[in-house]
Amino acid sequence: MMKIEAIIQPSRFESVKEALLEIGVEGMTVTEVRGHGRQKGHTEVYRGREYTVDLLPKVKLEVVLPDQLVNRAVEAILKSAKTGKIGDGKIFLSRVEEAIRIRNEERGESAL
Amino acid sequence: MKRMGIVCCCVLTLVLLAFPLLAQQSPAAASPATPAASASTPEVPPAVRERLNQLEQKVTAAQSSADNAWMLVSAALVLMMTGPGLALFYGGLVRQKNVLAIMMQSFALMALITVLWALVGYSLCFGGSGPFIGNFQMALLRGVGALPNADYAGTIPQTTFMVYQLMFAIITPALITGATAERMKFSGTVLFMTLWFLVVYAPMAHMVWGKGGFLNASLGGRFPTLDFAGGTVVHVTSGVSALVCALYLGKRVGYPKQPMPPHSLVLSFTGACLLWVGWFGFNAGSALASNGLASSAFVATHFGAAAAAIGWCVAEWFKNGRASALGAISGAVAGLVAITPAAGFVGPRSALAIGFLAGIFCFWMVTKFKAIFGYDDALDAFGVHGAGGTIGALLTGMCARAVINPIFGEGKAVGGLDGHWGQVGNQLVGVLIAWALALVGTVIILKVVDVTTGLRVTEEQEVAGLDITQHGEEGYNLES
Repeated sequence: MMKIEAIIQPSRFESVKEALLEIGVEGMTVTEVRGHGRQKGHTEVYRGREYTVDLLPKVKLEVVLPDQLVNRAVEAILKSAKTGKIGDGKIFLSRVEEAIRIRNEERGESAL
Repeated sequence: MKRMGIVCCCVLTLVLLAFPLLAQQSPAAASPATPAASASTPEVPPAVRERLNQLEQKVTAAQSSADNAWMLVSAALVLMMTGPGLALFYGGLVRQKNVLAIMMQSFALMALITVLWALVGYSLCFGGSGPFIGNFQMALLRGVGALPNADYAGTIPQTTFMVYQLMFAIITPALITGATAERMKFSGTVLFMTLWFLVVYAPMAHMVWGKGGFLNASLGGRFPTLDFAGGTVVHVTSGVSALVCALYLGKRVGYPKQPMPPHSLVLSFTGACLLWVGWFGFNAGSALASNGLASSAFVATHFGAAAAAIGWCVAEWFKNGRASALGAISGAVAGLVAITPAAGFVGPRSALAIGFLAGIFCFWMVTKFKAIFGYDDALDAFGVHGAGGTIGALLTGMCARAVINPIFGEGKAVGGLDGHWGQVGNQLVGVLIAWALALVGTVIILKVVDVTTGLRVTEEQEVAGLDITQHGEEGYNLES
């Protein structure tokens, strides 16, 4: 089991979600987050006062998948989240030791 | 101390310079000869006389209903400027933790000033005929009823005139809260506003609008100052007091290093649009009748606001490469402020010019002037109302025309464009008195409030926000 954490542009979220559903991903957790990588923020001006906004709004999407689905999911995210511009985000992969469904205490991949 | 001396000298010199200008009376055309007393009229049968009397009464009643309808609507429009107009405009400009506190200050004034107005306020502004302040003759609204007060508005019930003027007394102190925003105690605000209304607003309103007032233009003033709807009475007094408050209170914690962007320009935008609409009641209503002058003031108001929004945006575009929504609405408000004293005296072209100039001037005041001197006028009450009111009052002296409003009598020149440049001097005296009264009055009141209720919240309270610490609530409980 692997966890995919993808931090993406909010404007790409809908197409990423669709791409994942298409390859058979059944569930996901989505959070609105703010942050920046190499892309620094922008400046805003209110009545002549300039503010640098360096934490930009992003969407963080988390899915835990059985190993055989991971590569296809990563490809789907790459394809659907890419705009080619700086600020497109990142994907992090990590191994997950256990998954437990709270309703019936199922464990392992069948709990996903 | 030395600086104070220099300032005093400058003020004195300006006043002295102004006097010769004032001395020149307008080159008045001879007033039209009064028609000779009518020759002896033939006997009118009593029945016809009776019918004529009835007809006269009906004509008067018809005019009164028309004027009264417009004036009641205007009064409601001016109240709408404070709540929700100004409350939304200011509310959006503060940080999220202070949104309720600033709105509550406007709302509290709607209640507080109304009660004060009934007790003594109306009488102090419009009672008697003294040069500097009214009297207590109409305290508790004694004698204020359905009969018109011929000195001020001969065709509407005095109750209408009274409640209309009340709405001005409400918004004026509310404007000051823009300078004290995000750091003044609620108790201190209530005490400050009560004293400010009695010590600064009432005398200024009487001097400019009251019968026999020192600056009154049509009811026997010494220096006839043209102030149609409150450029000096409302905007200069509140704007200058706002500056004094900002200096006395000091900067907000973290200003100017910490970012303090407006928490919702959407609220501010809505508020500014309500202000614009409400201003028709403020300015066109100041004709105190539903007549051609009201239409003229309505048009001037609208044109002034539009030109100022463009003026501010153009200045911003040159400076930052973009025109912002906040800039556009700030410009419109600046234009409305500047056109306020002029609305009933100038034509549409002058209104466009006054608005455009005010938009650029206030942009400079808010972005450059404030940065140079480093005072924390949180929501730019001085930069917009003090500056816009001052420039508007002076431009009124230049642009006022007898064809729009022959306030000094038929055929007499009114402002500079009529050839009566001395009026600019009169305007200067009016502005200087407003500045002086606001400066001195506000400093004294701030001292009094400082030693009684206190002015500023503690640093911890300021960081936590005024909503929680002053009122025990939050503006947005989005998760509940």
